[in-house]
Amino acid sequence: MAKVRVATMWFSGCAGCHMSLLDIDETLIDLAARIDLRNSPLTDLKAFPEDGVDVTLIEGAVANEEHLHLVRTAREKSKIIVALGDCAVTGNVPALRNGFDSNQMIQAIYGSPATSNGALPFDVVPRLLGRVSPLAEVIPVDFFVHGCPPPAGLIAKVILALLDGETPELVGSDLKFG
Amino acid sequence: MERQIHIEPVTRIEGHGKITVFLDSAGDVRDAQFHVTELRGFEQFCVGRTMWEMPGLTARICGICPVSHILASAKACDAILAVRIPETAQLLRRLMNLAQLVQSHALSFFYLSAPDFLLGWDCDPATRNVVGLIAARPDLARKGIRLRAFGQEAIDRLGGKRIHPAWAVPGGVNQALSQEDRAWMTERLPEARTTIQETLALFKSAFGDTKERDVLGDYPSLYMGLVRQDGAWEHYEGVLRIVDAKGRVVREHNPAQYAEIIQEASEPWTYLKFPYYQPMGYPEGMYRVGPLGRINACDRFDTPLAQAELEEFRAQSGGRSGRVFDYHYARLIEILAAIEEMAELLADDRITSPAIRAEAGVNAREGVGVHEAPRGTLIHHYWVDQNGIIEKLNLIVSTGHNNLAMNRAIREIAKIYIKKGKVSEGILNRIEGGIRAYDPCLSCSVHAVGRMPLRVEIVNAQGEVEATLSRD
Ligand code: SF4
Repeated sequence: MAKVRVATMWFSGCAGCHMSLLDIDETLIDLAARIDLRNSPLTDLKAFPEDGVDVTLIEGAVANEEHLHLVRTAREKSKIIVALGDCAVTGNVPALRNGFDSNQMIQAIYGSPATSNGALPFDVVPRLLGRVSPLAEVIPVDFFVHGCPPPAGLIAKVILALLDGETPELVGSDLKFG
Repeated sequence: MERQIHIEPVTRIEGHGKITVFLDSAGDVRDAQFHVTELRGFEQFCVGRTMWEMPGLTARICGICPVSHILASAKACDAILAVRIPETAQLLRRLMNLAQLVQSHALSFFYLSAPDFLLGWDCDPATRNVVGLIAARPDLARKGIRLRAFGQEAIDRLGGKRIHPAWAVPGGVNQALSQEDRAWMTERLPEARTTIQETLALFKSAFGDTKERDVLGDYPSLYMGLVRQDGAWEHYEGVLRIVDAKGRVVREHNPAQYAEIIQEASEPWTYLKFPYYQPMGYPEGMYRVGPLGRINACDRFDTPLAQAELEEFRAQSGGRSGRVFDYHYARLIEILAAIEEMAELLADDRITSPAIRAEAGVNAREGVGVHEAPRGTLIHHYWVDQNGIIEKLNLIVSTGHNNLAMNRAIREIAKIYIKKGKVSEGILNRIEGGIRAYDPCLSCSVHAVGRMPLRVEIVNAQGEVEATLSRD
């Protein structure tokens, strides 16, 4: 049986959802035999393969111009998109900056007197979007996995269902935020 | 003709971090910059919230070391309550901090970095990752996974959740340790100790030759970390000590007064600020924190196995080491120290006492919490109104302290591998390895766990791309 091609990405989040994925511990060893892990923060592969992947798990909200570009690429290149965790599902903590003006925020964090030289990061680095968005505000999403982070067991359940070509069924406490 | 080389670790459009190398007209390296490309703005949106939610909220700065933020935040709040937390709460917080040190260091070593030097710097990038390590060295990979799992499971048993446990609170912790969970940790400790001892032996047999450890550069700097009053290695409290490249004490300072010795600068090309040792100015006041910073700053370990390793390390290095690669070595020694101290804490009957929280209101308008996170000294500083509403906050995260040093590392490595405009293929993974050795928790400062795919662009003075090296 051909291995299922999986990519993972993160945007504005804390890496906790990726950590929770690793928290499946030794199940990772069995999973490694069944999936072809492509572009991911955990591998050295940086781009989607030409012919795309089966499943992309995305952690984090869309907060800057790079994320916006990438989330659209992810949609184009993936059969199934999973919003992994509350930041991707609702915006969660990163979206708490909505309502603050991003230029004023940069001035407050980097300008004098917060730093001794007051240089403002506006070169090279990607520009912040005025508003942080959950994935579904930007692209169609196939599955939503709740939690901050979703427990490892829930992530394993979703991945194993997708590997078997089934629709993951999330009920009861699977649907809990936080 | 001057040229720039762009290295985009997470690619141009995918990056939370990228690198530019500047060449002079002779084609030699003039400078290098590590750009951190993500910003979330905690220092802004926490203003106006209550101090009681700060541990839970700031935990979301980082899912790799949430415990660090929970503890630094709770400590800052303890100072605002102006209470001394119960002895048992103190012991339990230490225990959780050590469990986190084990899991986070194990993640850095086994999942992120070991594939480079155990599978080979130049092996196929498609398999040079944890999945490749599982295939090539299943026994070792399983042991590494179980070591991290031990740390995570201990956090879960203490705080009810592996990631973002709502456990440390202003005044102490909110759940005592049960005898059952104490027994579970005690039983699992020997396996963890055996794993780390075997890994240290393996590491030393492969890299005992200090020449091999020069691969990521070697340069002097100041080192900073908390130490006990008597100079021993410490992770939860104590004095903030700065030593020079030879290990001579430059300064010992009250951590609550960090602002007297540490200032921050900013640059237009990165979202990560640059803390520096204020008396030496910017950027000369570069210092390093984290595993190597701590073991260079302390006089000794208080536990016998870690102390024996430290003596061997120092004998081999001729005193303090400035090698970037030695961060990995130091990380393994610290896992051993953490396991030894966990055993001591678990053997102490006070650990299961139910007296775990001091209740109080707002008794001070300002509080500083400082402790050692896996990646180095972490500082939370809050100012509140009389109701405990946050008016202002300052966070100096561990990875930030190393910002100047990481920029120096990539410059050194670029100098080793780029001569007269000739860029060798080897530069890709070495530069990446140089950053990775610091285990930058860019989630803390911003983002990005570990492995950073590279793309190198050589751009001439007209801005045209002359050549591209990449590895996708
Ligand atoms: S959902 Fe929670 S754990 Fe996941 S990235 Fe967001 S803050 Fe981190």
